[in-house]
Amino acid sequence: MSSRVGIVIVSHSPDVARGTADMVRQMVGGDVPLAWCGGNPEGGLGTSVEKIMGAIDEAWSDSGVAILVDLGGAETNSEMAIEMMPEERQGKTVIVNAPIVEGAVMAATEAWGGGSLDDVRRTAEELAPR
Amino acid sequence: MTTPSTASVLMEHEVGLHARPSVKLTKLAKTFDAKIEVAPAADGPWIDAKSIVKVMAVKAPKDTVLHFRAVGADADAAVAALVRLVEADFEDETV
Repeated sequence: MSSRVGIVIVSHSPDVARGTADMVRQMVGGDVPLAWCGGNPEGGLGTSVEKIMGAIDEAWSDSGVAILVDLGGAETNSEMAIEMMPEERQGKTVIVNAPIVEGAVMAATEAWGGGSLDDVRRTAEELAPR
Repeated sequence: MTTPSTASVLMEHEVGLHARPSVKLTKLAKTFDAKIEVAPAADGPWIDAKSIVKVMAVKAPKDTVLHFRAVGADADAAVAALVRLVEADFEDETV
């Protein structure tokens, strides 16, 4: 069996990101690669491309990584982080269009069950407002 | 056509089929190859037990009788395991 898809949580607030990761750990367990980041380099609210790249590295899986984001900058900085990664990883990294907390739990549950990166994304995006 | 394995069980978990129980039920269902469905009543609606989003959306309250049906080589084992999980009040730590 191939490795499980990894989950990355990117919030403007480190507290939100850490709390979301705690929920995933407690509800889904420790078997899914998981990393989080939040806050700008100065310690305020925001996101940083560098931290996001670090989190992707930490949660990396050969099956790919799904990123859950909160507001605008988290998404654009995540896109930038993906663009700066080695090409072979870019195709295996996706940003999921879903609410960050609920989406992370759903995505991790699907990843735990061995779902592909596409399965993981689609499961979380079933929640997204249309 | 194969006859599905079926079972029903009274759910006594205090908060019903909310977030954590839903995740546990889905995770357990995913460990079987069988096609497994769950319903909050005997006449449905039947929901894919391996879909976390759909299971959580059932929002079945305490004292709901959950119905399971499964088709596949390990269907009997799947239904038995899911009933055990509900009977154990979702405390089974193996999933």
